[in-house]
Parts: sequence; C-alpha cells; structure tokens
Amino acid sequence: MLERLAVREHTVGELAEPYRMSLASASKHVKTLERAGLIQRTVRGRTHFCRLNPKPLAKADEWLRAYEKLWDVRLARLQALLRHPDND
Amino acid sequence: MPSATDRIETQIVLDAPRTRVWRAITDVREFNEWFGVALTAPFVPGATVSGRITIPEYQHVTMTARVETVEPEHRFAFRWHPNSVEPGVDYSAEPTTLVTFTLDEVEGGTRLTVVESGFDAIPESRRMQAFRGNARGWELQLENVRRHLAAVPR
Repeated sequence: MLERLAVREHTVGELAEPYRMSLASASKHVKTLERAGLIQRTVRGRTHFCRLNPKPLAKADEWLRAYEKLWDVRLARLQALLRHPDND
Repeated sequence: MPSATDRIETQIVLDAPRTRVWRAITDVREFNEWFGVALTAPFVPGATVSGRITIPEYQHVTMTARVETVEPEHRFAFRWHPNSVEPGVDYSAEPTTLVTFTLDEVEGGTRLTVVESGFDAIPESRRMQAFRGNARGWELQLENVRRHLAAVPR
C-alpha cells in the first residue's frame, strides 16, 4: 500500500481494490498505518484520501546517513592506521 | 528488490597494497584499532566474536559479530546487531545486518568498499537507540580524523 501511495494519493477504495478486501478491512489497515504515522488521511466530501507521510521515511534516511558517516569515520581511522603503523 | 533504505555503501582508496589492507581488516588486533572495539577472538568463518566498543559515548555497547565470509584478500563479511546497546537484553532473536568488505586493486592502491545491508528488517525503535548523535556528529569526527591525517608528515 505504501508503495502505491508513494506514487500518488489514493482513496481507501482504490487501496482496497487489488487485494479484493472489503472497504471495512481496508479502512482497518489504513487506520493502522495512520496510527504508525506513516500515512495522512484527508476527507473530502464523503471520500477518504490517503497520502504518504514523508516524515518517518525522512527519519529512516537521516538515520542511514548518520550511519554511513560513522563508517566513513572508521575508514578514515583505518587510513590513519595504515599511514602510521606503530609496529610494522 | 532491496529498497534505498535497506543498505549503506561507502568506500575509500587506501594507499597500501592489497595484502596490507587485508591484514588491517582481518587481523583482529588491527581491526580493533581502527574500528574502535576490543574484540578478543580471531576472525574465523563461523566464529562469533565479541567485545566492547571503545569509541567515546558508546563504551557501554558490546559488539557481537558472526563471521560469515573470509575470502583472502578479496572479501570479508560478518553479521551483527548494529545497535545492541542495552545490557542484559537478549538480541539473539532480532534481525542482523550483514557487513561486507570488498578489496579491489586500483590506481593509487587498494579500494576498500563497505556495504552494510538488512536495515529494512530493523524496527525503527531499535534504529535510533544506538545513535544518540546524528550525521552532524559523525561529520565532525570525520573532519577531526582528516585534519589529523593531513597534519602528520608522511
């Protein structure tokens, strides 16, 4: 569901369709994703529209960037070790 | 298909022969020095090695890794829990990430590529635990090391 929402906004009905689940079931799934902060829901008229909440994914990305930098630090220390061996 | 959030990859060209780089990453005493840990057993395929992290701020963390691959002078890989920080907690049932070091001979020496994969399986609550700092913090550390490298005569 999240992959499809990454492309564009979907109604709950649209989300349900490929799985052939009832609107009620789909609604339950949507509520779970909403509670997890992964999607945002807006109601226009009687239709519920869902879109991806970009913040949690940005957090995952931020975490990965920090982690990558940590590896860069380790590799820089490796470089330093190779240049100045104490006992070679 | 692995997503963009499932792995990190970074690399460095080291001004040293392949044999020397291999030793630096697979001889546990040398590994300890640059990685910042105090592992007490050698890297042997199938072995599990453990030790405290020696980097400031993370000295309460124990690293435990299972050695997966040792292809001399080409590839070295281990599995671990990248953020097992709480003492007394059993992380053995939690997903691991795979760290793979690959060596290639290039102009200027040896290129070391590090890939760590499997992050998608790690729950978000676990991810943040090990990293009270952030990318900025590590950027500063990196700057420090680089400055040190530039300052010391070759």
